[in-house]
Amino acid sequence: MAISEKLDAFFSEKMKEYPTSRSFLVPMLLYSQDEIGYVSDEVIAHLAKKTGLTELEVRNVISYYSMLRTKPAGRYNVQVCTNISCQLRGADELFAHCKKKLGIGHKQTTPDGMFSLEEVECIGACSWAPAVQVNYDFHENLTPQKMDAVLENCRKKAKQ
Amino acid sequence: MADLVSHPDEVRIVSKRFGKGAAEIEQYLKLDGYKAVQKALRMQPDEIINEVKTSNLRGRGGAGFPTGMKWAFVPKESAKPKYILVNGDESEPGTCKDRLILEHDPHAVIEGVMIAGLAVGAKVGYIYIRGEYRYLVDIMRKALDDAYAKGFLGKNIFGSGRQFDAYWHTGAGAYEVGEESALMESLEGKRGIPRIRPPFPAVVGLWGGPTVINNVESLASVPHILLMGGQKFADLGPPRNGGTRLFCLSGHVNKPGVYELPMGYPMKKLIYDVGGGIPNGRKLKAVVPGGSSTFLLNAEEAENINLDFDSFSKRGEFLGSGGVVVVDDQTCMVKFALRIMKFYQHESCGWCIPCREGTDWLKKTLTRFHNGGGLKKDIDNIKYLAQNMLGRTFCPLGDAAAIPTMSIVDKWRDEFEAHLEGKPCPFEPEAVITELPVLSH
Amino acid sequence: MADQKEVKNVSITVDGKQVTAPAGTLLIEACKTVGIEVPSFCYYPGLSLQAACRMCLVRIEKMPKLQTACTVPITDGMVVTTESDEVRQARKSMIELLLGNHPLDCPVCDAGGECELQDMTFKYGAAESRYMEGKLHKDEQQWSPVVYFDRPRCILCYRCVRVCGEGMDVWALGVQNRGSGSVIAPNRDDHLECEECGMCIDICPVGALTSGAYRYKTRPWEMNHIGTICTHCGDGCKTTLGVRRSDTGTDIVRGDNRDKSGINGDFLCIKGRYAFDYFDHPARLKQPLLRKNGQLVPVSWEEAVDHAGKRLREIRDSKGGQAIGVIGSNRTTNEENYLLQKFARTVLGTNNIDHHRTADFAGLARAIAGKENATATMRDVFTAPAILLIGNDPTEQHPLLAWNIRTNVRLNQAKLYLANANPIKLRRQATRFVQLAPGREGKLVSFLNGDDAAAGSLTNATVSNDVLKQFRDELRSQQNLIIIFGSELQGTDIAALVKFGAGLKAKFICLGDYANSRGAADMGVYPDLLPGYNAVASAVKFSEEWGPLPSAKGLSLTEMAQAARQGQLAALYLVGSNPIADYDFDPAAFRNTFIVAQELFLTETATLAEVVLPAASAYEKSGTFTNTCGDLQLLKKAGDITGVKTDFEIIVRVAERMGADIRKLVPFGGATRADMGQSRGAQSGEADRHAVWLAANGMEPRMSPFDPMAILDEIQRLVPGYEGSRLNLLAGNEQHVTAAEHSAAGPGDGLVQIVPSNDTLFTSGTLGRYSNTLNSVIENHRANPVDQEVMAD
Ligand SMILES: Cc1cc2nc3c(=O)[nH]c(=O)nc-3n(C[C@H](O)[C@H](O)[C@H](O)COP(=O)(O)O)c2cc1C
Ligand code: SF4
Ligand code: SF4
Ligand code: SF4
Ligand code: SF4
Ligand code: FES
Ligand code: FES
Repeated sequence: MAISEKLDAFFSEKMKEYPTSRSFLVPMLLYSQDEIGYVSDEVIAHLAKKTGLTELEVRNVISYYSMLRTKPAGRYNVQVCTNISCQLRGADELFAHCKKKLGIGHKQTTPDGMFSLEEVECIGACSWAPAVQVNYDFHENLTPQKMDAVLENCRKKAKQ
Repeated sequence: MADLVSHPDEVRIVSKRFGKGAAEIEQYLKLDGYKAVQKALRMQPDEIINEVKTSNLRGRGGAGFPTGMKWAFVPKESAKPKYILVNGDESEPGTCKDRLILEHDPHAVIEGVMIAGLAVGAKVGYIYIRGEYRYLVDIMRKALDDAYAKGFLGKNIFGSGRQFDAYWHTGAGAYEVGEESALMESLEGKRGIPRIRPPFPAVVGLWGGPTVINNVESLASVPHILLMGGQKFADLGPPRNGGTRLFCLSGHVNKPGVYELPMGYPMKKLIYDVGGGIPNGRKLKAVVPGGSSTFLLNAEEAENINLDFDSFSKRGEFLGSGGVVVVDDQTCMVKFALRIMKFYQHESCGWCIPCREGTDWLKKTLTRFHNGGGLKKDIDNIKYLAQNMLGRTFCPLGDAAAIPTMSIVDKWRDEFEAHLEGKPCPFEPEAVITELPVLSH
Repeated sequence: MADQKEVKNVSITVDGKQVTAPAGTLLIEACKTVGIEVPSFCYYPGLSLQAACRMCLVRIEKMPKLQTACTVPITDGMVVTTESDEVRQARKSMIELLLGNHPLDCPVCDAGGECELQDMTFKYGAAESRYMEGKLHKDEQQWSPVVYFDRPRCILCYRCVRVCGEGMDVWALGVQNRGSGSVIAPNRDDHLECEECGMCIDICPVGALTSGAYRYKTRPWEMNHIGTICTHCGDGCKTTLGVRRSDTGTDIVRGDNRDKSGINGDFLCIKGRYAFDYFDHPARLKQPLLRKNGQLVPVSWEEAVDHAGKRLREIRDSKGGQAIGVIGSNRTTNEENYLLQKFARTVLGTNNIDHHRTADFAGLARAIAGKENATATMRDVFTAPAILLIGNDPTEQHPLLAWNIRTNVRLNQAKLYLANANPIKLRRQATRFVQLAPGREGKLVSFLNGDDAAAGSLTNATVSNDVLKQFRDELRSQQNLIIIFGSELQGTDIAALVKFGAGLKAKFICLGDYANSRGAADMGVYPDLLPGYNAVASAVKFSEEWGPLPSAKGLSLTEMAQAARQGQLAALYLVGSNPIADYDFDPAAFRNTFIVAQELFLTETATLAEVVLPAASAYEKSGTFTNTCGDLQLLKKAGDITGVKTDFEIIVRVAERMGADIRKLVPFGGATRADMGQSRGAQSGEADRHAVWLAANGMEPRMSPFDPMAILDEIQRLVPGYEGSRLNLLAGNEQHVTAAEHSAAGPGDGLVQIVPSNDTLFTSGTLGRYSNTLNSVIENHRANPVDQEVMAD
């Protein structure tokens, strides 16, 4: 899959803010992923060309950053922080709850493609722990019950 | 988004516009916004640097390096362009303060970047925000657009005839790119592998040009320093530790939250007064004083230390990033050490042998240990490995992994001994954990 | 060079020793100068610094932590400790950490015995494992026909990544993932598309990257190592061949570059490293063949040589030498080439001798005759401040030259001026690149010489008048320029180029295609030139020594084919050449020509022969080669195939059957009174020293007419520019010869007749077709066509 022209034009604009053409690569990869769900081979080829890099080099960069993926994930990517502040406030139980509830494990996707689950490192919500990010949205001070509501909400949104 | 808290002991400087809609430029202007940079435009570069030196502002990213001194390292003349780089990668476990600044007061960051630029002669600044903070990227984008629209940024800032451009940038998930040289690599579109130093960024940084790298909070403090005067800011804290700091209180406290307190505030008061003490009638066991990369304190140490850089460095330890994580007496320190090591193992960039192999080895050993498969010699081996990483890695991440581990083994060795040879975790008696969630990349 | 500021020396103390070195020298290098070897994995001289392995940690006074010696430049007064408990413990722990995840399969590893990790483990005693966790396992992967990767053995020193990128400018290797998941990755997911040079394998300190050619064939200590010269392109890389006894002689099992002392330093291309494998190709001829009833059938050496000698004698005696033609080789030794033309002129009585000319060496010789220091060495290319390259594509045709140019540009900021009809890969290193329409190289030379009118035929969309002028102006300001040109320039164009270079103290390199094409030219395998580019018409020096010689210029290679077609070439004597394939001649033209072919394989030309004599390849003989720059080097016998003979021996045997006086052809046994060993001591050690001494003094007992050294004596006597220290040569060092500068060729006849081979990285004339490695690489690249853009940028 390829990215939209609009996004590509936005990239071209942003690239002007840097002295080298590869500088905006990491954001370009992330925004491309946001648009089509993952960093596809087509996107890699396109961005390699755009930045004057080999595809290998682009892949090397992708594989360094934990948010970037080269395979599609679920529509809602549920990212449970289990790092210390969250762990102290029940993150392990929360993650176990999510696993049970969604029937999937770390870095897996539900068969209907609705949810992916991921255990992640600190997301900067330590004072509001335990915290979860669904795609880019923060959900904080969670309990298993509140988590259920969050998931339910996703399902509802998907239906609209 | 994140809840705001307050406490009477707070001294609101950096956080004074929190919750007041200052992300909107008009509102920001009403709250003294962009006054400091206009003042800076009338000052000589050296005057600005001196004011910041006087303020005793020390880097809020964690290392506590005096900001004014850092700026003074930038050579006056440079064949290559100079840059300001804002470190908004905030990923240190326990730390969630830059997020609030970026959410509630993005223009203060922009203003801080501009002042830094005027001080060192840079005409471009980049604001790097971690990839997970997308909503903050959006807020920052709007703030920048608004500032450009008003002519505050661009070719002729505030009609002064001088130019300054500020741009946003975002990461995509990597703690290590918070390390300043890896941050530059990431901004240049590369893998976040640190650079060899010297040369230091102030001399050879982004694209080979002199570069000032500062934490979000450090730069957001700068406009206030210019407006209130460096001395007044310095006077808020003990000697050499100027001003206030955002402390992110988390873990086993009744009132977690981000509080702005003067430097040197007693840890005991932070936990028991500001934080409202430990919940469920439990007792304090340990405190992570400033993000997971710092030496852990036991209850007694924590109750007798003040939150400033020097109080810690006196002990050979670190104040860190402002992330204070409180741990109660029902917590298993082996599990805690394991969770910390899992983080560093996951985030190690893999460049150098001791960190790449050491974190992996330690994670595996601690996992086995916590599962009840620990042997007596493992305890010493854990210490041995950590010691052999310390001071020998390419960048401080390796040290950061070794430091908490060493302090946990030293201070809670008995808890390791209680896990030995098939014994279940004493804190989770019924749950002999057979499968620990393992983060694989 | 960019700036030649005086670098001042500074003094430091290392382990109590005083070390003085230029300021800025890396500490690890400064230590080496006093014999202190600081251990290292990731540091590699000439490649970028990594500071990754942390093996080189040392204590520097006044610094808080241990410091990496590979990244710290020395400063005055530095006090360094490289051996202490603290430092040793740091090193030991690095090894322990590495071994934690290491498979410890040393007993079956190709690098076992030559592994830097093994060496260090031994040295720092880290073998006792503290490690009790499961190890990462991954199966070995084949990335290309020549490159295999065994991930668990990799210690992530990034040498391979750098040598491929920085060194080769290919950038086919990278690092994927991060942390303990970090892994070296090839450029196409699960395989490589690259130049297959094997540099990554060579530079790998452990057995993580291994070669398809050598894997699991043997263990290092079971081999003998022979340093010799690559037999492919004209650059003359030194290669070390690992040989082992086999049932049929001696096998070559490995080619590499362990002895980095050659003109190629670190470098070898795929051909030097792997394409020795033609030597035991099943199609290799191992028995003489004689045509009987229209069929080539195996016969004994005796019968074959006898037949060839008798027939040639008959033809010479009945039709005269002018009815016989001789075609020599670009791949036989100087001694063989010299012997062949001497045989042609003194035994066959003909000047009809030529070879496949791939560059106009004679033209260069004519142009620089009488000039001192007019030719550059291969090593000069590594250090010259500026280089002008006209024509050719060294990346494909002269891989070592390309490496030297690239490395010089990268490490010394040398200036490269490039003029070429194609956007060749070296343009990426070029200071200026001028793309010409094909065939306009000569015009460019005119322009450089001041003919502004020539610009008209040079300008195009990318090359304006100004670009040309700037190109010329910058060149004119260069001192010590090296001018390199390919077959695009010949005859008068070369003369004009030499004129241009005259004011610039320029030195020249003419690029010819095969391992000893320069040697064939220097040795007079020409119809009009004797050894040392002496015109046949004025061959006094040679006729004094050899007796009367034919004085009329003979037939060139194409003229011989013409004569054959007209029924005027009664016999053709071929040594290691395949004109039917190289020149596309009609085989029918040779129907009535008696052909004797000395060959490795039954080539298109050899199948036409009446007598086919199986020859030894250059890996199976001794002698000398002269590379395209004029660097003379010693060839050493490495492999051995039962049944074949060297071209040298075959020529001598045929001459003998023709009734020639062998002592005149090969001056053996006579000149020096050989020490037969009477003075030798009882011990072998002494005997060896004795042999060395004899060799050094040119007194080896030349007891055999098959000893090429006997001819080398004569070459060094009769060919000016080939004299020089024999000891130096025997020691494996190259010697720059200046036969071209000493030429007495006289004016040319304009008939240059150059046919470039147009070999690529993966081809090597006829021989290359018998290399399984080259074939499999070509196959593989056909299956996965190389993305031009990515290869190129
Ligand atoms: C592994 C590692 C991660 C870091 N992450 C951050 C970070 O997320 N934010 C930050 O401001 N500084 C971080 N730092 C510190 C920076 O390297 C640098 O010291 C800081 O940005 C300088 O700004 P300051 O002087 O204003 O604190 C990190 C350092 C290390 C070694
Ligand atoms: S210590 Fe080494 S492996 Fe770890 S993050 Fe730093 S450079 Fe990378
Ligand atoms: S064989 Fe040569 S070109 Fe291919 S990956 Fe290795 S170093 Fe690079
Ligand atoms: S494959 Fe060899 S050369 Fe490459 S990084 Fe691994 S150990 Fe080093
Ligand atoms: S560059 Fe030429 S001489 Fe060197 S290894 Fe390759 S083919 Fe042989
Ligand atoms: S530890 Fe979970 S958000 Fe910081
Ligand atoms: S040799 Fe110095 S760090 Fe590897």
